[in-house]
Amino acid sequence: MPEPILKISGLDAFYEDFQALYGIDLEVAQGEVLAIIGANGAGKTTLMRSISGLTQNKADMVTFRGDRIGALRADEVAEKGIALVPEGRQLFPSLSVEENLLIGGQIGRKGPWSLSAVYELFPILQERRNQQSTSLSGGQQQMVAIGRALMANPDLILFDEISLGLAPIIIKDIYAALPGIIGEGMSALIVEQDITKALSVSQRFYCLQEGRVSLEGASATVAREDISRAYFGVE
Amino acid sequence: MDWVNAVVQGTLLGGLYALFAAGLSLIFGVMRLVNIAHGDFIVLGAYLGLSVTTLLGLHPLVALLLVVPAMALIGYVLQRGILNQTLGKDILPPLLVTFGLSVIIQNGLLEVYSADPQKMNAGALETASVPLGGLSLGVLPVLTFGIAVAVIASLQWMFYSTALGRAFRATSDNQEIAQLMGLNRRHIFGLAMALALGVTAIAGILLGIRTSFDPSIGGGRLIFGFEAVIIGGLGNLWGTLIGGVILGVAQTIGAKIDPGWQLLAGHIVFLAILAVRPNGLFPRINE
Amino acid sequence: MSTSDLQVTRKSPVTTVAAILGLIVLITLVAAPYWAGRADMRLMGEIFLYLALASLWNLMAGYAGLVSVGQQAYVGFGGYMLFALTMFGGLHPIGAIAVAGVLGAVIALPVAFLIFRLRGAYFAIGTWVIAEVFRLSFAQVSALGGGSGSSLPVGIVRSLASSRAGREHLSYWLALASAVIVIAAVYFFMRSRSGLALMAIRDNEMAAGSLGIEIWRTKFIVYIVTSALTAMIGALIFLQKLRISPDAAFSVNDWTAFVIFIVVIGGIGTIEGPIIGTLVFFLLRETLADLGTIYLMVLGVVAIVLMLKAPKGIWGLIRSRFDLELFPLSYRVKPNKPLRKC
Repeated sequence: MPEPILKISGLDAFYEDFQALYGIDLEVAQGEVLAIIGANGAGKTTLMRSISGLTQNKADMVTFRGDRIGALRADEVAEKGIALVPEGRQLFPSLSVEENLLIGGQIGRKGPWSLSAVYELFPILQERRNQQSTSLSGGQQQMVAIGRALMANPDLILFDEISLGLAPIIIKDIYAALPGIIGEGMSALIVEQDITKALSVSQRFYCLQEGRVSLEGASATVAREDISRAYFGVE
Repeated sequence: MDWVNAVVQGTLLGGLYALFAAGLSLIFGVMRLVNIAHGDFIVLGAYLGLSVTTLLGLHPLVALLLVVPAMALIGYVLQRGILNQTLGKDILPPLLVTFGLSVIIQNGLLEVYSADPQKMNAGALETASVPLGGLSLGVLPVLTFGIAVAVIASLQWMFYSTALGRAFRATSDNQEIAQLMGLNRRHIFGLAMALALGVTAIAGILLGIRTSFDPSIGGGRLIFGFEAVIIGGLGNLWGTLIGGVILGVAQTIGAKIDPGWQLLAGHIVFLAILAVRPNGLFPRINE
Repeated sequence: MSTSDLQVTRKSPVTTVAAILGLIVLITLVAAPYWAGRADMRLMGEIFLYLALASLWNLMAGYAGLVSVGQQAYVGFGGYMLFALTMFGGLHPIGAIAVAGVLGAVIALPVAFLIFRLRGAYFAIGTWVIAEVFRLSFAQVSALGGGSGSSLPVGIVRSLASSRAGREHLSYWLALASAVIVIAAVYFFMRSRSGLALMAIRDNEMAAGSLGIEIWRTKFIVYIVTSALTAMIGALIFLQKLRISPDAAFSVNDWTAFVIFIVVIGGIGTIEGPIIGTLVFFLLRETLADLGTIYLMVLGVVAIVLMLKAPKGIWGLIRSRFDLELFPLSYRVKPNKPLRKC
């Protein structure tokens, strides 16, 4: 395995006053799509916050392309080339669709993604570019959230529960678009409640249970029983 | 004709009040901070203008070229150094810290400039007037109003049509997600305060040309600015201009009835509007 | 270990000792006319009045979340009511102080309806506008001296007590009584159901939502009661000064800035805080007052530094180190039998 793009070692992290993660070790290879699965409260969101810098930890707990980024602020992490599509989309309500995309790109990293590339991927957004972002449907808002993250031309993109609250048909569309998004040499980390979806788009997976890694392996070959044991903690 | 004159003079005075209010409105819009020391910063701007004009022999309006950047710098340093640490869910720290700042600035000015009223000398500009349909319009009030309109138009443009304005709005919407976009909210807030105090410097110098001032008048200017913001509606810059005009007209009409009623009339109109329209006339932010 | 082995109590040995010591201090203070000089008594009287104002402001801001920078409205109102009621109503000064309190509550009602529409920091500035309206209005009343103010006629001053020493003792006791009454009122209010609800919302925002309307009413009552008591203290203050003017009566520096500094320095949201803050404030004033404006700047800096570094003030620092509480307000769980390791 080549040198991983993201390496997490011994990560202890806190969500408000509670310790949510205990000694997490995790690696993402260059160009790899990694899935993180686990029940509610397993620590998935805290993991995402810790990687993206919304939760700051010790510097050497998170290494990205050789840089120790564990203690950096979110804006500094973003400049290093990590973008997050946050749970619940979290668009800026006072910005139009296009402004939401532009603000994603204001970091100024070079790469394949631009306003026109995002519009090519999601043509509906071009039609709606001047609307308030909150006037869009849930699926379209998710497109804006993904486009906004892509505009930063990240080397690693984090997807946090992108299918949450969306109709199945829309989830299908968004997952159909994912390979085209990630195919550009980007690495991705996908947090997903829907295990089947998560395993279908990823090469490897980690399962979290009560703040610890309970199982890791190749997505294509893992046995269902192993997952449910790791997921729910039943013996 | 006297009444028409009162309304016209009040409208022009409203321009100055809108300038008092614009900085207050801006920082509230971006970071939900209410700066109790805002009025004292207006007075500080006037005193800086006074020093620049007397030391360098410049015209007050030329002094703006030095005072505006100086105040902007003060704003940035203050925000990064102190005020950013006070922001959060609890409203007490920003209130009490800016209240402390107000006392420090006021007494600092007393120490340096004494309590004697001062005034800036703007030469012919102070007395020049133009006749208009039987009324005599002072050039300075008209200029002040024009500057107020220009400042508010530029703030409006900056807020809704530039990358900086986009960053302000995004950070105001959701600070965490804005951080994910690579925006350092501490820096963004610093820029907002710099801009606010830059506008405050303009207000202070125009105030110092128009009337005499002393270190104790900051509180009153804060209140005028605050009333203009609330009358116009939170977060609405053009509303703030209208709020300033309503306040100015109320004061000049009050003064016309009885000189002792000038300030009281303004406050009463403010309280009446608060009673009828608690969110102001043209609210944009629903708090 | 079963729950019956535990007892929930507010008391601790410290609060009992504090109560005994407090009683001794109080008796000593009541007896001050027999041991203190005139200048000392004057200073102590002023200290008690500031302590009362600070405890009231603390009740509003520290417990009810109503941050006002306009309490000078009620100080000045009370002062003016004392003058008006004694000069034109023929009331005895003590009676006038009581009536000033009632009128303070009456005037606070419409004020509260207006400014309760403003949230947070805007509420604060709204209170300041009200104080300005009061100041400008009283400056218009020519019977009370208009903008230049007036003095309390000698006859009214004499009606308080015939000798000068008698008057001084009486004002001292009134000031002491006002501080004791205010602190006791705050203490018993905070132990009441409404007071507990206020502490609950202060400590936990989730609870605030479910208590909505009752909280609004409680805050409203706190505002009215605080205003009434502030007006009474204002009347007392100007009974000692014997002279009133709009600028002195409605001074934001004297009646609000100093009071806020006292509470912030001592520790906001505790009963002990204003007591400590008042002592520190007067200690600073007596040692640094010669510095004039520099002294005020020092106060401002101290308040800012404390707010940033120790937002719970001096009492908060002491408390976090020693887990002390002089006034038994918070509950603690105490074992009836010595605890064994489970």
